[in-house]
Amino acid sequence: MIQFINTLLIGITAGSIYSLMAIAIVLVWRSTRVINFAQAGMALLSTYFGYEAMVHLNSFWIALPVAMAGGAAVAAFIELVFMRFLLKRSAHGAISGVAPIIATLGLLGVIRALTSSIWGGQDVRIVGPVSNVGYSIGANTLAFSPLKLLILVTVIVLVLLLSLLFQKSSIGLSLRASAFSPEIARLSGIRVDAVRTLGWSLAGASGAVAGMFQTVNGNGSFSPDSIEFSLLLVSGFIAAVIGGLDSLIGAVIGGLVLGLVISFVLMYISSSLFFIAPFVILLIVLFLRPQGIIGAKAARRA
Amino acid sequence: MSTNSAALRVEGVSISFGGLRALNDVYLEIGKNEVVGLIGPNGAGKTTLFNALCGLVTPDSGSFYLDGHKHAFPRTDALVDLGIARTLQGVGLFADLTVLENVMIGAQHLAQTGLISAALARNTKDENRIRERARIALERVYAGGLADRRADTLSYPDTKRVAIARALVSEPKILMLDEPAGGLGAQDIEWLNVLIRNLSAQMSVLLVEHHMDVIMSVCSKLYVLNFGEVIASGDSETVRRDPAVIAAYLGTGNS
Repeated sequence: MIQFINTLLIGITAGSIYSLMAIAIVLVWRSTRVINFAQAGMALLSTYFGYEAMVHLNSFWIALPVAMAGGAAVAAFIELVFMRFLLKRSAHGAISGVAPIIATLGLLGVIRALTSSIWGGQDVRIVGPVSNVGYSIGANTLAFSPLKLLILVTVIVLVLLLSLLFQKSSIGLSLRASAFSPEIARLSGIRVDAVRTLGWSLAGASGAVAGMFQTVNGNGSFSPDSIEFSLLLVSGFIAAVIGGLDSLIGAVIGGLVLGLVISFVLMYISSSLFFIAPFVILLIVLFLRPQGIIGAKAARRA
Repeated sequence: MSTNSAALRVEGVSISFGGLRALNDVYLEIGKNEVVGLIGPNGAGKTTLFNALCGLVTPDSGSFYLDGHKHAFPRTDALVDLGIARTLQGVGLFADLTVLENVMIGAQHLAQTGLISAALARNTKDENRIRERARIALERVYAGGLADRRADTLSYPDTKRVAIARALVSEPKILMLDEPAGGLGAQDIEWLNVLIRNLSAQMSVLLVEHHMDVIMSVCSKLYVLNFGEVIASGDSETVRRDPAVIAAYLGTGNS
């Protein structure tokens, strides 16, 4: 029983981090219709910003917003000087549809190489703000610690803030309009370029939190080659697709499903399936519900 | 054509694409509450002129006056703030949004809410105000009953109404309609004529249209473009009888 509960708790915490990553993928998709494979690279870079803040200021609570701001700035920079130009240049031609997506794969490589050359390939550490030692119930230790509680609460707060932003403000509608038809959006007075930059920035900040939490939730150390970031890359993307790619709620559900399934597969089947399980889930979802768990109809609401 | 009070006036508009001259020294004036038709054979430059007025293409030369004041040719996303709204030939509704939401997009510039107040949910007033205006705009095109339908369930004539509502929701002073009658049957054209005449009580209307029924029924003034130049302009009856216009139309087999 305790094993089941622990598996559940591990899955939910990991899943909430994947959700943030999936939200980042969804935000970029919504604003520019690009699948951003560089998102994990951007999260990595942001986590290094957070690491630098930790080194100099020694506070996780400063490092987290620093990482978020850094992530938002990097994302805005990429959108402003790179994607905007690329989307314009590749609007016509045989590979117009895939060129920006392939470009984000290239960006991922560039960012990884860049972080390696700046910070070196060896592991660096970020210490979480609270203990990651599990709560105990009687003789049993739960796989749920103050740190995991903190992660869960922070993710919930961020998701609530984001969905409030999308439902209560016109930003959600503006993002959709900009992606669907820039011309109509502009004629409606929407500053499409600014809206796109905003979408990327929110994604960058969201990915930064995912990177920071993924690191402290793991063993606290990371490097450009960490398996943690490969996992973020794969899980964020797959969770977003499972969730229908167009919906914040879908991204959250996708992340949680993925986190739980990975956790249960590891615990009850085999840890060697670690990297295969997410892809199997992706294939199953694509076969059964190609529109994602949350279809486009529901997606527009959230 | 010297009035300072013209709602919109352009002069000397020239545009070349590569070596091809799409517009040559074109002028156009739209008075307040006037319905002006822009006609001409295919490829005459009507859409290019429309696009220039909307900032979708940048003219090589020309001047732009709004209410008698000289103004740079506007950026597309600044149009609604200048009181200009436009429909596109392709209707361009968002299939998976409701009709009301589609119309609300046309009023996004009214949303003043910043990120922070949105996060604090302080802007429901904004949202409600825009929603209310979108409903009113739908009523004006006799489509109030469609508000909650998904856009992709509409008939083609209904999508045209909704597209006009989306332009109206910004409460423009100048409404630009790009082939509003295109693809409509006789009954819908009747409805469109009535609508345009009603709208002209509140705004100026500029329309590009092939349907001469519509043009003759609603326009008080016509501009005729051919090969990128204005070959005739003036009140509808005079222009209709202009030999240059007849030649241009006979030449292409249009009527």
